[in-house]
Amino acid sequence: MIPTSYFFILSIILFVLGIIAFFIKRDLITQFMAVEIMLNAANLAFIALAKSHHFVDAQVIVFFIITVAAAEAVIGLAIILLIFRQKKSIKSQDIRSMKG
Amino acid sequence: MRDIFWLIPFIPALSTLVLVLFGSKLPKKYVSWQACLSVFASFIIALISFISLLKTPPENYPLVKSLFTWISAGSFNADLSFQFDPLSAVMALVVTGVGFLIHVYSVGYMAQDKGYTRYFTYLNLFTFAMLILVLASNMILMFVGWEGVGLCSYLLIGFWFEKHSAASAGKKAFIVNRIGDAGFILGILFIFLAVGSSEFTAVNKAISGGLITQSLATLAAILLFVGAAGKSAQLPLYVWLPDAMEGPTPVSALIHAATMVTAGVYMVARMNLLFTFSGTAGNIVALVGALTAIFAATMALTQNDIKRVLAYSTISHLGYMFIGCGVGAYAAGIFHLYTHAFFKSLLFLAAGSVMHALSGELDMRKMGGLRKYLPWTYPTFLIGAIAISGVPFLSGFFSKDAILTQAYAQGQYFIWALGLAGAILTAFYMFRLIFLTFHGAERLNPEAKHHLHESPKVMTIPLAILAFFSVIAGYIGLPVVLGKKANLFQNFLEPVIKPASEGHLSMSMEWTLILISVVVALLGIYIAYVFYLKKPAIPHDIVRRFPSIYKLLYNKYYVDEIYNAVIVNPLVKGSEIVYDHFDLAVIDGAINGSASATGFFGRILSTLQTGFVKDYALVFLLGAVIILGILLF
Repeated sequence: MIPTSYFFILSIILFVLGIIAFFIKRDLITQFMAVEIMLNAANLAFIALAKSHHFVDAQVIVFFIITVAAAEAVIGLAIILLIFRQKKSIKSQDIRSMKG
Repeated sequence: MRDIFWLIPFIPALSTLVLVLFGSKLPKKYVSWQACLSVFASFIIALISFISLLKTPPENYPLVKSLFTWISAGSFNADLSFQFDPLSAVMALVVTGVGFLIHVYSVGYMAQDKGYTRYFTYLNLFTFAMLILVLASNMILMFVGWEGVGLCSYLLIGFWFEKHSAASAGKKAFIVNRIGDAGFILGILFIFLAVGSSEFTAVNKAISGGLITQSLATLAAILLFVGAAGKSAQLPLYVWLPDAMEGPTPVSALIHAATMVTAGVYMVARMNLLFTFSGTAGNIVALVGALTAIFAATMALTQNDIKRVLAYSTISHLGYMFIGCGVGAYAAGIFHLYTHAFFKSLLFLAAGSVMHALSGELDMRKMGGLRKYLPWTYPTFLIGAIAISGVPFLSGFFSKDAILTQAYAQGQYFIWALGLAGAILTAFYMFRLIFLTFHGAERLNPEAKHHLHESPKVMTIPLAILAFFSVIAGYIGLPVVLGKKANLFQNFLEPVIKPASEGHLSMSMEWTLILISVVVALLGIYIAYVFYLKKPAIPHDIVRRFPSIYKLLYNKYYVDEIYNAVIVNPLVKGSEIVYDHFDLAVIDGAINGSASATGFFGRILSTLQTGFVKDYALVFLLGAVIILGILLF
C-alpha cells in the first residue's frame, strides 16, 4: 500500500504547479485550467485523508467540490466566450475596464 | 336624543370628504345643494339639541359625549369628546345658522367663479372645524378646531391665489395667528401641568377647588388671551384682519366677522372662572378690548374701501366683546357676539351685493346714489348700519348697552368712556359708509353703471333674513332694569357663566346710561349726515386744517409700516444673514465637506485596484500564506 504522505506530496506539487501556471500564463483559458488543477489537488488531499482515516465527510466534500467545479466551469467558460466576443482578446491584462 | 349633538360637526365633515374625493366630477348644482344642506342639517340638529338642553335640568350641564380616547401617553390623556351646554349651544346655533345663510348667498355670489367646488369644500371644512372648536370638551380638541379654522381662513383669504396681494394676505393671517397660537398652547400646557387634565369640567372644578394658585392662573390666563388676541384680531395682533378682506366677500362675512374671529371671545368666556379668579388677567382683557375698540374705530373713519371700513369695525366690535368679558360680564360679551354675528354678516353680505352690482368696485368714492338701483340691498344695509350703531330697539343697541352698563357698574369708568367714544365713532363711520355709497351724487364710472343690477334672489333672501334677525335678535336680552327676568339670554347662560357681581347701580343711573348711549348713537349719525350729505365741504375743510392727523389715520397709524420696520424686515434680513453665513457656510459646508472627504480617501484607496486579475490573485496568495504561517507557527 502506498503511504498517504505520497499522495500529499503529489497534491502539493499539483497545487504549486497550478499557482505557477496561474501567474505565468496570460490567457484566461489557461489560467482557468490552472484553477481547476488547484481544485483537483485539494480533492486529492481530501480523498487520501478519507482513505487513511476512514472519514466519510471528506468524500462527501470531494463530491461537492466536483459539482461546484463543474458548475463554475460552465459559467467561467461562458464568461470567457462573451469577453472574447466583446474584446477580441482573452488576455487577462486587457480586461480592466471595471477598475475604479 | 340628548346625545345627538356630537353629530353636528360631522355632517359638514362628510360633505367636505365627498367634495374632496369627487368634487371635480360633480355638477355645480349638486355641489351647491350638498354644501348648503349639510350645514342646514347641522343647524336642525343643533336646534333639536338646544331644545332638549332646555328640558334638561341645569345641574346636569354640560352634556358630555365621549367618542373615544384620542391621545393616551403616560399621564397625558385627551379624549375625542364633545360637550353641549348653553354656551356651546349659542355658538353652534350661530355658526350653523349664519353659516347656512352665507352658504346660500355664496351660491349666487360665486356662481361665475371657476373655483366653485373648491370654495364650497373649504367652506364646509371651515364649518366642521369651527363646530369642533365650540363643541370640544377639552382644550386639546379645542386647539384642533382652533388650528382648523385658522387653516381654512388661510385657504379662503388666499382663495384667489393668483393675485399676489391675496396670497400674501393669507400668509400674513397665518403667521400672525401663529404668534397668538404659541401663547394659547403654552396656556393649555400650564393649565394641564397644574390640573392634570384639559377637560373643561375638570379645570373648572380645580379652579373652584383652589388647586391653582393665583399667580399661575394669571399667567395661564394671559397666555390664553394672547391666543385670543391673535384669533380675534386685538391689539397688537389685529393687523391681519384688514388684509383678510382679499378673500371672497361671503368668506369675510362668515369667517372674519361672524364666527372665526369670535373664537377668542368664546374661549375667554369658556374659561371665565380662570379669568375671574385671576382678576389681573380680566383687567388686561378689558383694557386691551377698550383700546382696540377705540383704536380700530378711528382707523375706520378715513378708509375708502367699503370692506376695509367693515373690517376695522369688526375689530372694534370684537374689542367691545372683550370689554364685556374683561369686566366680568361674560354673558354681555357673548350676547354682543351673537347679535354682532347677524348684523355684521348682514353688512358684509350687503357690501358684497354692492360689489356684485358694480362689477367688483370697492372704492366708496366711485359709488354714491345707489339707493334707487339696489332696492333690496339698500334697506338691508341700512338696517345693519342702524343695528350696529346702537339705535334703540334694534339688536346692537341691547348688546352694546349691556356691555357699557356693566363696565360702568364695575367701576371701570375709563373703559366705559373709551367704549362710549367708540360708539359715537361707530355710528359716524357706518353712516359715512351709507351716505357715501347709497346717497348723494352718483360718482360711478360709466361702464360700471351700464352693468348695474340688483343681485339675484339667492343673494337677497339671505340678506332679508339676516336683516330680520338683526332687528329682533336683541329681544332675548333686554336690559336688567326692565326686571330680573328680562335678560333671558343671561339667565340661559348662567349655568356656564357666573353673572358679574351686581354692581350697585340705581334704577335712575341705569336709565341715564341708556339715555347717554342713545344720544351718542344719534349724535354720531347726525354728524355723519351733516358731514356727508348736508355740507360735504366740511370733511375737506377738516382734512385741510389737520393734515397730519388725517394722514396718520389714513395710513392706519403706520402700524403696518412700523411692524415691517421693527419685526418683519429685521427677521428677513437676519434670516438672509443666517442663510448666507450659517446655512450655506456651516451646514452645507459640513455636508459637502463630508462628501468630498469620502471621495478623497476613496480615490487614494482605489489606486490599490489595478484592474489586473493577477495582482488580486497575488494578494490572495499572500493572504493564504500569511494565514498558513500563523496557523503553523
